[in-house]
Amino acid sequence: MQFMLLFSRQGKLRLQKWYVPLCDKEKKRIGRELVQTILARKAKMCSFLEWRDLKVVYKRYASLYFCCAIEEQDNELITLEIIHRYVELLDKYFGSVCELDIIFNFEKAYFILDEFLLGGEAQETSKKSVLKAIEQADLLQERQSDDWGGLANDELL
Amino acid sequence: MSPTVRLQEMIRVIRSARTQGEERGVIQRECAAIRAQFRQADNGGRSHNLAKLLYVHMLGYPAHFGQMECVRLIASPRYNEKRVGYLGAMMLLDENQDASLLITNSIKNDLAHSSQYVQSLALCTLACMGSAEMCRDLAPEIDRLLRASSSYIKKKATLCAVHIVRKVPELGELFTPAARALLAEKNHGVLHGAIILITELCERNTQTLVQFREAVPELVHIMRGLVTSGYSPEHTVAGISDPFLQVRILRLLRILGRNNDTASDAMNDLLAQVATNTDSSKTAGSAVLYETVLTVMDIKSESGLRVLAVNILGRFLLNNDRNIRYISMTSLQKIVMTDHNAVQRHRGTIVDCLKDQDASVKRRALELSLALVSAINIRSMMKELLLFLSTCPPELKSHAASGIFNAAERYAPSQRWHIDTILHVLTTAGGDVRDETVPNLIQLITNTSQLHCYTVHKLYRALVADISQQPLVQVACWCIGEYGDSLLRGECEETEPVQVTEDDILDALETVLQSHMSSPATRGFALTATMKLSTRITENVDRIRSIVSIYGSCIDVELQQRAVEYNALFKKYDHMRAAVLEKMPVMDRSSSGQTNGESGGGGVQELEPTKPKQPEVVVAPQPASQVCDLLDLLSGPDEPSLPGTTLGPASSMTGSAGGDLLDLLGGLELTPTLPTVPAAVTVYEKSGVCLKLSCERPLDASQTITLTATNASDHDITAFTLQAAVPKNVQLQMKAPSGDALPARSSASVTQTVLLHNPNKVSLKMRVRLSYISQGSTVQDTVQIDSFPSPGL
Repeated sequence: MQFMLLFSRQGKLRLQKWYVPLCDKEKKRIGRELVQTILARKAKMCSFLEWRDLKVVYKRYASLYFCCAIEEQDNELITLEIIHRYVELLDKYFGSVCELDIIFNFEKAYFILDEFLLGGEAQETSKKSVLKAIEQADLLQERQSDDWGGLANDELL
Repeated sequence: MSPTVRLQEMIRVIRSARTQGEERGVIQRECAAIRAQFRQADNGGRSHNLAKLLYVHMLGYPAHFGQMECVRLIASPRYNEKRVGYLGAMMLLDENQDASLLITNSIKNDLAHSSQYVQSLALCTLACMGSAEMCRDLAPEIDRLLRASSSYIKKKATLCAVHIVRKVPELGELFTPAARALLAEKNHGVLHGAIILITELCERNTQTLVQFREAVPELVHIMRGLVTSGYSPEHTVAGISDPFLQVRILRLLRILGRNNDTASDAMNDLLAQVATNTDSSKTAGSAVLYETVLTVMDIKSESGLRVLAVNILGRFLLNNDRNIRYISMTSLQKIVMTDHNAVQRHRGTIVDCLKDQDASVKRRALELSLALVSAINIRSMMKELLLFLSTCPPELKSHAASGIFNAAERYAPSQRWHIDTILHVLTTAGGDVRDETVPNLIQLITNTSQLHCYTVHKLYRALVADISQQPLVQVACWCIGEYGDSLLRGECEETEPVQVTEDDILDALETVLQSHMSSPATRGFALTATMKLSTRITENVDRIRSIVSIYGSCIDVELQQRAVEYNALFKKYDHMRAAVLEKMPVMDRSSSGQTNGESGGGGVQELEPTKPKQPEVVVAPQPASQVCDLLDLLSGPDEPSLPGTTLGPASSMTGSAGGDLLDLLGGLELTPTLPTVPAAVTVYEKSGVCLKLSCERPLDASQTITLTATNASDHDITAFTLQAAVPKNVQLQMKAPSGDALPARSSASVTQTVLLHNPNKVSLKMRVRLSYISQGSTVQDTVQIDSFPSPGL
């Protein structure tokens, strides 16, 4: 995956994860153009489009568009599944997630994404494991202690 | 107030800003506060300040002053600060920033941290934005983690290794042994990462590829386990066991089985099993089937399996889900060349997809349909394609039009059908066709002489209906100009004839000339057509004359030039008008190259070298040279030195269109007045003195020859005389020469006309003797002319 964007129906970016090195200006330009292209599409249209030399897979969940740009050899259908899995993770974590949750807790949305995808690829295919890892990380954060020894390495998977 | 709430409070405030300006104001204030905070010593709220900054950054505001803060936070011992610091690094730093190097050391330390979560942060950041430098530094660490750590870390380390290999391919060798060992892992996450790593390694290094081919049985075994037994609820999606892993394994198998029989054999059964057993009612199953089909088509699979794969794609085509239909067409596109017949079976469904609402699906269907056109199905396919053309989205129009032209070119069952198809395309998508369509079509029309009447009728009707489509109007004008007489005759076998008068035709052409919609080229076409009609019609020549003279003062230089030329044709050279405006002969198809693209341009270009000597008005795309034409033609008899290329005798110009024209000029239906084609042949060239000979068309047995002498040397020549001798029975009469001095460097020339009378029609030969004085010495030379540009009638 080259990047993933989440944006609202008004075109406001709620999350952007870039896995390729681009300058800020370029990122902004791509974001703007791609958002416009996708927002211009009608409701029942295909989830895949060819944009520049990339394959773009997108899906709308309530008021948010989840959009991924993948490479030529990647499987579009499995990317749809990846998007769906991410939404499920968010849903489980926030409990019936809505756009506001992602706005006000954007850093948590990023943390969840980082537990699910790494370097643009899925790192864990089990929903349960991802959620457990995030839970544990949050616990650790809450403790905020300097004593790391409390968490042994083999307590987790 | 807890720091987190402050962040959310800020977000709330920003969101409640009613205008862009208000929002900017709030953000500026916040950024100032954050900056101030950054400068202070550690105050416990650093992570939240950075988080605020990251939010602001996401809205699109500059946040580079936070980069150093990220570096500092990453180095902090506290987990929450590290977490936000790394997040900031991934958002604000990338390999192009210098600050990214500063975190290399922190990452290194954190990779060896005792807490998994800290290690995980470091791995994540490295995999997301690690530069080549950082990757080289940290590769050994990653390798260590690949071998000995918990599954949690291993799975992250493998994906980190994937990133490293992508950035620095040479490091692939470092990871190969560890990758091999990882195949034995039971943990799905680790296995998934390992497969991705092996895929990357094999794609970049053929030796590694060969090495991993031995792992095919192991992969097959894993896959089989997933497909058959493997009931693992936490990995199952819609009844499919870990589709992510399955897809990845299939992709790796594809790479390993490509071009290799043994590997392909080993996976044959497995692929058949997956293809038959996978339930494709949900996306997860379809994804696996899709990957399976791609693999089957790419490796050396047996034919039964291939048929199975194509059938799966066929089933996909009928699926209600638009995504699945799109996917199947993409795959069919890849195999349409190799398994053409198999794909042909699904042609009906593909053509139906042309009518789909979705632009992506339409595009795919168009590509596939064009690839499936063959001689057998051309008529029905063309019907569908033309229907599509009239309703297709604008971005696809020109692609569709050129595709249709290609198909028509290759498989046209009859010429009339071909012309009809092209006309149809021009009326529906005229604005989107390529430039060479017009000359191509004109050439096609000229060559189907039996359909001239039919064509001109259709075009006339189309022109009267709509003059906005430029290519159509151009072709229509050209045809009306050429074949206007058939239009007036009012009879036609192939179609309902129109009852038009000369006025109607001229009205139509005038409308084109005056319309704002007509491009300059189109108006040129119309003007020329009007002019041509002056020889085809009988009553309204005055009207034509007046139209032409009006345009003599047109602002458009091109039109003005043409009008002036034509005016001159009316006034001074009326005797030549009929000859000049004669019908175009059949253009030699083969000389203009292959079917599309280059042909039109090539054909017209080949005419160019002969243009200065052609009487016909050539097609508009070469307007400038056409003007040159006429200039030369009109000033020909007066101007002694004819510029331009010298032509060999027409008979020797076999392949060229120009040559054919010259030849055919003799054979065309002649109007009473004869065309005069001075064709100059260089008969003598020595020491700068050049003698050219041109013959006028013979009339009964007489021939007029013009000899033109020029002096290209640096010295003047004086007392230049010519003497000529001809065989017995041919009478020769030399007229007085224009002069006897030839100044240097071809600044002027001498002409002498010679009349030959050849009543017995013997083969003409002539001996010419030149004598002149150059640099004080007399020079004499003789030349024998054995062949003349055009033999007697």
